Amino acid sequence: MIEVENLHKAFDGEEVLKGIDFKFEKSKTNLIIGQSGSGKSVLLKCMLGLFTPEKGVIKYDGKPYSEFTEDERKDLSKQIGMVFQGGALFDSMTVEENVMFPLKMFTKKQHKENKERVKEVLNRVNLDGNEKKMPSEISGGMQKRVSIARAIVNRPKYLFCDEPNSGLDPKTATVIDNLIQEITHEYDITTIIITHDMNSVLEIGENIAFLKDGVLAWKGDKSQIFKTDDETVTDFVYSSNLFQKVREAQQQGL
Amino acid sequence: MNYLHSIGEYFLMLKGTFHRMTKTSVLKSLILKEIDDLIIGSMGIVSFLSFFIGAVVALQTALNLNNPLIPKSLVAYAARQSIVLEFAPTFISIIMAGKVGSYITSSIGSMNVTEQIDALEVMGINSLNYLIFPKIVAMLFYPFVIAISMFLGILGAYTAAVMGGFVPPDIFVQGLQEDFIPFHLVYAFIKTFLFAFILATVPAYHGYYMKGGALEVGEASTTSFVWTSVVIIITNYAVTQLLLS
Repeated sequence: MIEVENLHKAFDGEEVLKGIDFKFEKSKTNLIIGQSGSGKSVLLKCMLGLFTPEKGVIKYDGKPYSEFTEDERKDLSKQIGMVFQGGALFDSMTVEENVMFPLKMFTKKQHKENKERVKEVLNRVNLDGNEKKMPSEISGGMQKRVSIARAIVNRPKYLFCDEPNSGLDPKTATVIDNLIQEITHEYDITTIIITHDMNSVLEIGENIAFLKDGVLAWKGDKSQIFKTDDETVTDFVYSSNLFQKVREAQQQGL
Repeated sequence: MNYLHSIGEYFLMLKGTFHRMTKTSVLKSLILKEIDDLIIGSMGIVSFLSFFIGAVVALQTALNLNNPLIPKSLVAYAARQSIVLEFAPTFISIIMAGKVGSYITSSIGSMNVTEQIDALEVMGINSLNYLIFPKIVAMLFYPFVIAISMFLGILGAYTAAVMGGFVPPDIFVQGLQEDFIPFHLVYAFIKTFLFAFILATVPAYHGYYMKGGALEVGEASTTSFVWTSVVIIITNYAVTQLLLS
């Protein structure tokens, strides 16, 4: 579990996060949603230790990150898996080498054992037979799956995903969403996903934080978000024509 | 003010490069890859340029020596001195700023824009050490490139002067040996080591700290070439002043 308490972050005097409090629960897909510029990515980068907050506490399993020693931070980074928006695969490496990379860096296992684990993980994300391909030779959806495989190969405790289904067609996006949710339950990990996509919210939103202008404007789950009367949330949720039409149909009893 | 900031940032980058080392087995393979890309991959162009530069230096010297009182061995002497002291270490380093420098800036720059550097950092890897240290170690082999460049430059000079019928072979060899000062070679290799360090780190700085997208990667490569050349020229002047004057 990751807890964020009264988190503040500013850039050049402009406050981007204005006191966020939220609990990202274990074995759940925790979604951070909100408009562009609402502070989602900054919150994620603060949790990853890439940004240092001005004020507030981030607790990993109850222990504040600021109290971690250098070695503990190093250990923590080994327990984190990250799926980047663009995949961030190393383009000079094959799919297999990309997935094996964290194992090579942090374990003392033999190459054969690493290879077996990579095979197992690639099989889990349905990418068997693509081991020798370069990232440029596979589709965007496959790149995302390789990125997920690389993130989970070391059996992390925390999985961070930055818009994992951006740039994908709706069907592939659903496959990625479901894959992340299945992995979260299977590996019993704390998963945090940044998304704009309301389909993802509908599919896998087990614990949702809605940010607006750097403030936590709403929290709940996928069943609650479509029932709330909170205008800031409904403005965002029903900004798409499709969802608007569904709501009108519901209101008309269709 | 911006220049001061960049200079400070460059030295902080260097500090970070030698800190929190990457796993030795991984570093070893990275270094071998960099030697292949940066050193072996440059041998072709360096050999070609060195041979013809040497030939042109000899040709120009021979064509401009009209006074019968000046010995013909001066062609070889002038070619040796200019190749060993300047053409091989400095001129080739500026060519390498274009070839190796642009490669380093664009490869690190594209890793930057595609979040690959962030991916390394999130995994707890010191990206500066992982990306830049192997390049610095690989460039320790750069003096071999310059030694080959010197040899081929003189061979080019010999070919042009002797085959062109300007200087007899024995006179050319005699000219090569005239007033040879071994310290000049030491001086040439001292500055080669400095240029190697500059060639590895200045372009890496421009790639690592660039911001933006694909267009900015191109801009960073150009800026990197300009600044690497400027730093090489200034260092060349300073080292020459310190060691030879």
